[in-house]
Amino acid sequence: MSASNQMLSVQGLSRHFPIRNSFGVRTGAIRALDDVSFEVKPGETLGIVGESGCGKTTLGKTLAGIHSPTTGRMQFEGREIADFTGPQRRQIAQRLQYVHQDPGNALDPRWTIRRSLDEPLATHTTLSRRERDARVAEILASVGLPSAHLDLYPHEISGGQQRRVGLARILTLKPRLVILDEPTSGLDVSVQATVLKLFKGLREAFELTYLFISHDLAVVRIMCDRVAVMYLGRIVEIAPVEQLFSDPKHPYTRSLLAAIPQIGGRRVTETFALEGEPPDPGKLPAGCRFRGRCPIAQPTCETIEPRLAEVGTEHAAACHFPGG
Amino acid sequence: MTAETLLEIRDLKISFATERGIARVLDGVNLTLRRGAIMGLVGESGCGKTTLARAVLGILPSNARHDGGTVSFDDRDLLGMERRIFEREIKGRRIAFVPQDPYGSFNPLFRIGDQIMELMKWKSPRHDPSTSRWGSLLARYPRSHRDADREAALAMLREVQIPQPERAFKKLPEEFSGGQRQRLMIAMAMMSNPDLIIADEPTTALDVTIQAQVLKLLKRLAKERGVSVLLTTHDMGTAYEICDDVTVMYAGQEVETAPVAQFFASPRHPYTVRLLESLPRPGAEIREIGGEIPSLLKAPSGCRFHPRCERAMQACSDARPGLTGDGHVVRCFQPMAYPAEVRS
Repeated sequence: MSASNQMLSVQGLSRHFPIRNSFGVRTGAIRALDDVSFEVKPGETLGIVGESGCGKTTLGKTLAGIHSPTTGRMQFEGREIADFTGPQRRQIAQRLQYVHQDPGNALDPRWTIRRSLDEPLATHTTLSRRERDARVAEILASVGLPSAHLDLYPHEISGGQQRRVGLARILTLKPRLVILDEPTSGLDVSVQATVLKLFKGLREAFELTYLFISHDLAVVRIMCDRVAVMYLGRIVEIAPVEQLFSDPKHPYTRSLLAAIPQIGGRRVTETFALEGEPPDPGKLPAGCRFRGRCPIAQPTCETIEPRLAEVGTEHAAACHFPGG
Repeated sequence: MTAETLLEIRDLKISFATERGIARVLDGVNLTLRRGAIMGLVGESGCGKTTLARAVLGILPSNARHDGGTVSFDDRDLLGMERRIFEREIKGRRIAFVPQDPYGSFNPLFRIGDQIMELMKWKSPRHDPSTSRWGSLLARYPRSHRDADREAALAMLREVQIPQPERAFKKLPEEFSGGQRQRLMIAMAMMSNPDLIIADEPTTALDVTIQAQVLKLLKRLAKERGVSVLLTTHDMGTAYEICDDVTVMYAGQEVETAPVAQFFASPRHPYTVRLLESLPRPGAEIREIGGEIPSLLKAPSGCRFHPRCERAMQACSDARPGLTGDGHVVRCFQPMAYPAEVRS
């Protein structure tokens, strides 16, 4: 498949953060993102899951241009964007948007909703005043808010409505790819249901492609078409969502799935066996990064780092003994 | 109150004075916790579960006002008790606390061992709390007590699987991961041999694989030692994992209490039903609860869920429904019927 058919194509992307000692001398690096490659097709939702410190947020921020990559290529709509800076990067930002955990927080408390929604259009487009007003009204309606809200200030509406306005602000520029970074973290389940429904509705209405970054596998399962599982800066497994949940190949994915409580099912506290915690990302072990916690580790795993390799249709895992 | 009951909360009302008026955060809450049982207190943000937990611990903020109701612990009235006696005999000794945030709960400047021994000096089972206030401040920490406490603390760290407890004693909190800090918190809560542990969202800050380990540990220790646990959580999965009974709260009122299996198999209050339905389920439509959680400054009358409830009728806004059911109790004028197979 050629890269031009993809919405986003990432090859060998790395982002390292230096570790400095007290004299400011570089003594090592945290490999937050280490040789990551994947593709996103137009219209699909790719989930990125993993625990804290696995690099999923660094990935989102690097793609959005908030961090620049240490090495690697990123092609967005067929154009190489890894080296873009300044005006070129801003142009890309119209079509590739990054959404923080609570987009409602990004609203300026001294601005009316109208001004907040108008600002991205005024900055990025050459539309006339009247065209911008029409676009603002249309966007607000699409997130399910009445046009009377345009003249209110953020504190006059509820938190849930602020969140909708924050999303509307991102959609005014009609992006193609939206990176959602932990969009449901810290939400109550009933609010989460409302937010997820909104994301699904917007995806259809605006023909969006999502990169859905989350630690919550249950949410990823209902939102995504494909899922990539990350561990310590690497993708360890990538597969269509149902295949990943029904037939996980990497031992880390298996442990992760086994750790989710299943209401009405077996109790995790009675069956869960994964011991230990992830190693320090500044001092990664040689060989496979998961071997210290892996139930099926063999001597090979201590010396050779497994590559992400095909284990089925569209299904790849980075393990010497996939499914073993 | 029977001999089996450890904690009984009756009709507890607590309000907060805020700049914008009086927020009635707890509106007649009832809760009964059996000895040795793990009770899950579930509900969404702002439902009052943390306020309830803090009321039992006696650590409410200064703008909180007690408007009525009782909290009795082991047949003693906690709210009417003299403050000094409560602090000396109950808080931290018979009722211990596991906080939500394991990162912010240790002093970053002191070694773990020093922080544990400081706690043990006052709250260890060997400490005699009956000395007067000034006497206890001047009291020495006898070496025999200190050595015994230190041994007990090291044994407890081994219990919660902290590697090399002697070395851990000399480490600073930053040298431990989040999961290990929460294990240390659980260990510290257990060290005074309490009857009740209040765990406020103990695994919310942890990753899912670490959460499973910590829940497993908490359940094992509580069951081995016969300690009761009042666990507040917004995560239904956590409640399912370790609780014996579950109580649901909505906007400052408890709406349903049931043994865990019945609770998840046949919830009866409309709010509980909608809450469970809003959990993400594969292959099913996402179902939301219409409307929003009410402001507690202007809480709805009667059953506080009635403006969002599709089964609501006039009576629901007039008065709060009483308790119906035995064992599985629900506060609703027309609760959901039991499915046939559960009734038998």
